[in-house]
Amino acid sequence: MTLKLPYRAGLIALALGALFVDPSFAEEAAAAAPKIDTGDTAWMLTSVALVLMMTVPGLALFYAGMVRKKNVLATAMQSFAITCVVTVLWTVIGYSLAFTSGSPYIGGTSQFFLLNMGTGTVNDLAKTIPEPVYMCFQLTFAIITPALICGAFADRMKFSALLWFMGAWSLLVYCPIAHWVWGSDGFLSAAGVLDFAGGTVVHINAGTAGLMCALVMGKRQGFGTDNMAPFNLLYSLIGASLLWVGWFGFNAGSAVAANGNAAMAMAVTQIATATAALGWMFAEWAARGKPSVLGIISGAVAGLVAITPASGFVDPVGALIIGIAAGVVCFWASTSLKKMVGYDDSLDAFGVHAIGGIVGALLTGVLARAAINPASGDTPAKAGLIDGNAAQVVTQVYGIAVTLIYCAIATVIILKIIDWTIGLRVKSEVERDGLDLSLHGETIH
Amino acid sequence: MKIVMAIIKPFKLDEVRDALTGIGVHGMTVTEVKGYGRQKGHTEIYRGAEYAVSFLPKLKIEVAVNANQVDKVIETITSAAKTGQIGDGKIFVFGLDHAVRIRTGETDVAAL
Repeated sequence: MTLKLPYRAGLIALALGALFVDPSFAEEAAAAAPKIDTGDTAWMLTSVALVLMMTVPGLALFYAGMVRKKNVLATAMQSFAITCVVTVLWTVIGYSLAFTSGSPYIGGTSQFFLLNMGTGTVNDLAKTIPEPVYMCFQLTFAIITPALICGAFADRMKFSALLWFMGAWSLLVYCPIAHWVWGSDGFLSAAGVLDFAGGTVVHINAGTAGLMCALVMGKRQGFGTDNMAPFNLLYSLIGASLLWVGWFGFNAGSAVAANGNAAMAMAVTQIATATAALGWMFAEWAARGKPSVLGIISGAVAGLVAITPASGFVDPVGALIIGIAAGVVCFWASTSLKKMVGYDDSLDAFGVHAIGGIVGALLTGVLARAAINPASGDTPAKAGLIDGNAAQVVTQVYGIAVTLIYCAIATVIILKIIDWTIGLRVKSEVERDGLDLSLHGETIH
Repeated sequence: MKIVMAIIKPFKLDEVRDALTGIGVHGMTVTEVKGYGRQKGHTEIYRGAEYAVSFLPKLKIEVAVNANQVDKVIETITSAAKTGQIGDGKIFVFGLDHAVRIRTGETDVAAL
């Protein structure tokens, strides 16, 4: 038996390998003769750690601090569990579906179980770093995107339903859209949609899915009448700060190199974030009379979201404009728009991420400078309206619309199927007693 | 013997304690409580969602004293806890039948 098992495993691996290896891909890789750059690799190893830190503990704390005391652990648990589930799915098929070449709509099967990944291989999209680093880097994006959705349905989703939903959403929504926008043969990439670090793929996508969750699942019990004040905003402040720091890996890391492009992405990220935090704070101060802690940290996250698609394309003045727009518009969306329409997007996944993402993606089309991302080789410079390329704005609208529509439809279908089978929402008494005790058998203290 | 129970603003605790120590009261029990009187509550706003908080945090202090000290204790707490603003609190006095110091078994005034 001990002899037989490895032998059988070897045969399976061989068979799978024969199935999945795409000969043209292998030839191309050999022709390009990848040259691993140690500087790029070191920065990308660092970026992986930074972006993972955004979800655990960053987002976990950011969200957990905003819910009521009875749901703090359950909320933190969502981010942590999603990190684990997505990692396994990404290993098995997710990475392959998103980041190998296949069709314009979905990637290939060559990296199922990461069978063709080795210490010496590279992904075509990142030729100067070893593929395991690129795989992990993209994995951290695949983790945070579904985790962001949790803000919309806080306090009321069954944990089992959450695991099914996040697994399905990751494979059926995130992977295709990541492939469309970032894949070498994705159709939105081919259309020229600019999304440096995930305005469409991550933020519009997660925010839209969040809105669908809030609409399908309905409001929390006592919404509008009960006191739903945050349990501990200091957790949220720590979480937002970790998000801010981690976002340097997110945006500057999306250059997939340690170069000037990464450096400028870092600078504009810092500028837009601070500006948006002030934008939200002053808007709130003017409208409500007080500059709140929750306000300034929400503004910072809105700025981070909005600069994400633009970070490799705009200059510091562009970052200031994006920051002001994101802070003020997201404040309006999370307070007035939400009240006007009446959905219970509990922690403003839609108001901050979808709206911030749309602001950023649109303004990328306006403010992209050819000087920041000049032509190199076959790829033309990335210029927006400001440099005379008005068509870029139209292309951005196209990218936003495709993401929004596909995400909304696919998310609702997944939600409905889960609702009809195992049910999405916890029982009324579970919601009243709190998810910590009812679902996990624990309390915070 | 009497129990003097006072509801005061939390930040006034140290002043009240020092003042009582000054008149020879060596011991009190303090409890964090919530409640409302004329001060009512306040409103908290989180991203546009307004919540009326109708119970405000206060401290309840309880002092057991000999009956002849009661007026002095009330006067001391009143002057130490007073800000002149609404929400300064209230003092209640009620009778105390019996007291025992657990360590020594002393009773009544000797136990205070």
